[in-house]
Amino acid sequence: MLYYIVRRILMMVPTLLVISLLIFFIIELPSGDYISNQIAALKSSGESSSVAKLEFLRQEFSLDRPFMERYLIWVGLWPGPHGFDGLIQGNWGWSFEFDKPVEQVIGPTLPLTVVLNFATILFVYVVSFPIGIFSATRQYSWGDYGFTFLGYFGLATPNFLLALVLLYFFNRWFGLSVGGLMDPQYIDQPWSFDKAMSVLGHLIVPTIVIGTSGTAAMIRRLRANLLDELHKQYVTTGRAKGLKENQLLVKYPLRMAINPFIADIGNLIPSLVSGSVIVSVVMSLPTVGPVLVAALQSQDQFLSGFILLFVAVLTLIGMLISDLLLAVLDPRIRLGGRAST
Amino acid sequence: MTMDVKKTPGREVEHYVDPTPFNPAVTEEMTAEQERYYQASQWKIMWWKFKRHKIAVWSGVVLILFYLCVPFAEVIAPYGANSRDSMHLYAPPQPIHLFHDGSLVGPFVYGMTSEIDMETLQWVFKDDPNDVQPLRFFCSGAKYKFWGLWDASFHLVCPAEGGTMFLLGTDRLGRDQLSGLIYGARLSLTVGLIGVAISIVLGLFFGGIAGYFGGWIDSLIQRAIEILRSLPELPLWMALSAALPVTWSPVWIYFGLTIILGLLDWPGLARAVRSKLLSLREEEYAKAAVLMGAKPKRVITRHLLPGFTSHIIASATLSIPSMILGETALSYLNLGLRRPAVSWGVLLNEAQNISVVTVYPWLMAPVLPIIIVVLAFNFLGDGLRDAADPYK
Repeated sequence: MLYYIVRRILMMVPTLLVISLLIFFIIELPSGDYISNQIAALKSSGESSSVAKLEFLRQEFSLDRPFMERYLIWVGLWPGPHGFDGLIQGNWGWSFEFDKPVEQVIGPTLPLTVVLNFATILFVYVVSFPIGIFSATRQYSWGDYGFTFLGYFGLATPNFLLALVLLYFFNRWFGLSVGGLMDPQYIDQPWSFDKAMSVLGHLIVPTIVIGTSGTAAMIRRLRANLLDELHKQYVTTGRAKGLKENQLLVKYPLRMAINPFIADIGNLIPSLVSGSVIVSVVMSLPTVGPVLVAALQSQDQFLSGFILLFVAVLTLIGMLISDLLLAVLDPRIRLGGRAST
Repeated sequence: MTMDVKKTPGREVEHYVDPTPFNPAVTEEMTAEQERYYQASQWKIMWWKFKRHKIAVWSGVVLILFYLCVPFAEVIAPYGANSRDSMHLYAPPQPIHLFHDGSLVGPFVYGMTSEIDMETLQWVFKDDPNDVQPLRFFCSGAKYKFWGLWDASFHLVCPAEGGTMFLLGTDRLGRDQLSGLIYGARLSLTVGLIGVAISIVLGLFFGGIAGYFGGWIDSLIQRAIEILRSLPELPLWMALSAALPVTWSPVWIYFGLTIILGLLDWPGLARAVRSKLLSLREEEYAKAAVLMGAKPKRVITRHLLPGFTSHIIASATLSIPSMILGETALSYLNLGLRRPAVSWGVLLNEAQNISVVTVYPWLMAPVLPIIIVVLAFNFLGDGLRDAADPYK
């Protein structure tokens, strides 16, 4: 088991390197960089006093070096103007727009991003599991039809539109603002029980909004997997031996059907994280989503680059956890030391 | 030695002989129905199977209706996409009535009176019950350039002379929402098609060489696919479309967007192509073709490709909605298309501020066609996927 965990974590290193290179390439795509754009703007307006300062900044952030060198400096594998000082050393870069280190700009939003995403994953597990079992064991019942129908709509309704519509109706019917992270009176207040409850209350709607399509997909998958198993011979054998229906279900078919279920959640995580980014923008939740949009619009490259990387790492960790869970549940993977992907 | 055959007691059974000649193949003979089935081509059987999926067929019909807006937007829309009516800012939807004062007039709308509410400083529109404005059909209304080529003024439906017809209300600058939706369909609906075309080309190429050559090329492409699939799509789309130069014209931005949407979508298709290719390669008819001396090119194009075209079409259909949504999300966030280009996402951009939406809820109108189209594509794709394997 330990061997498997170590192997699985080591496998993430090359993946991370490729992803970081890809992300750095994407954020460097726009022509010029933040500072040279500012220099151009200053020059065109005839000001030249602060150009020297900006030129100094360009060197300071080694924006004048070739691409690969810039990338390696960003990651921290190459000495920059201040020696090795990159992501690996814990320096997340500098936000030009806010004139602050990236750490300070998005630091407060990170815990909420993590909490929101894991709450959503938990929501998907907790809701789709019982409903999937119900739908499979009572196939073609009214409940099954109802959930299938709901599932179709959940799958097709785009989450950020759902968020928009919900915002509108909550506002209209209850005069309630479901946007934001907490009720306005708690902002800038010290943490208290009421404030925590308010935050929790505001997390419910976004969690449901982000998780709906994933839940719908998982219900369909679990139902199909379980139905496949329920029609197999060993179930009939178990029943003939006189096993109670519940015992039979939990003991064999469910254990078989649960593996693809957990593996699928791993595949679902990227789209959940995607959803959380845009739903946060719509519902103005203070996660990395709104910051990312602003950073991309103002070409604040180190800020947007770090957020993209953070989001990617979040999905990788999510997939890692689901792989480890799979290994715990499935002795074939645990003992074989191979991940079934 | 002979034996006397003793007569069995009782009535003698009459010996019956069927006069029709004996046909040894009688057990293999088929009814006309079966005959038709077995002689039909693969595509015909798929069509029969698809027709049985009622919801998918209806979704297809709905989609065709929506796609009619693409070539004929100018004719269907009563107004231009960007024409403003400065007298009707944020005008509410005008419902269509049939009866006025108890007598049938035919479809008409009531005119609107407007005044400024001095407290909220908003225009307040009221129906004027005396101002009956019958709609005109097959009429000449606002001028436009059909496909940007010919001057024309023919519309399916127009407002009364000097009247208005804002069936879904107007926005901040007095632009008709319904016309916006119809023109927006042009970009929103084609974005998915072009994006999917790009993604199919990439998917076929990478999936094809991975499945055909195998070995280290296969494992390299597999790794790349795994990494791409583990990335959250939307943030990457956002970053890529933010990189499109602002100086580009809307047409170039549009093509840039479709390429971006297609660039990140191919891994799913490539994976499907690869696994299908691998499994089809082992099929007996493929082996037979190889043994009979067919060249790889012939094996691929004549034997393998027809086997998975249907699968490719089905999975491509299922990935169109995510592209339509991608465009909508990007334009909604101001990172995609911008005015004067009109798409459903651009229209939704007006609904970004929730307090505005609460006062003028008709700004959310684009949500409806988006959900309908996405739902229809999902049902259609499901139906196609079921039909893709007709022999199951």
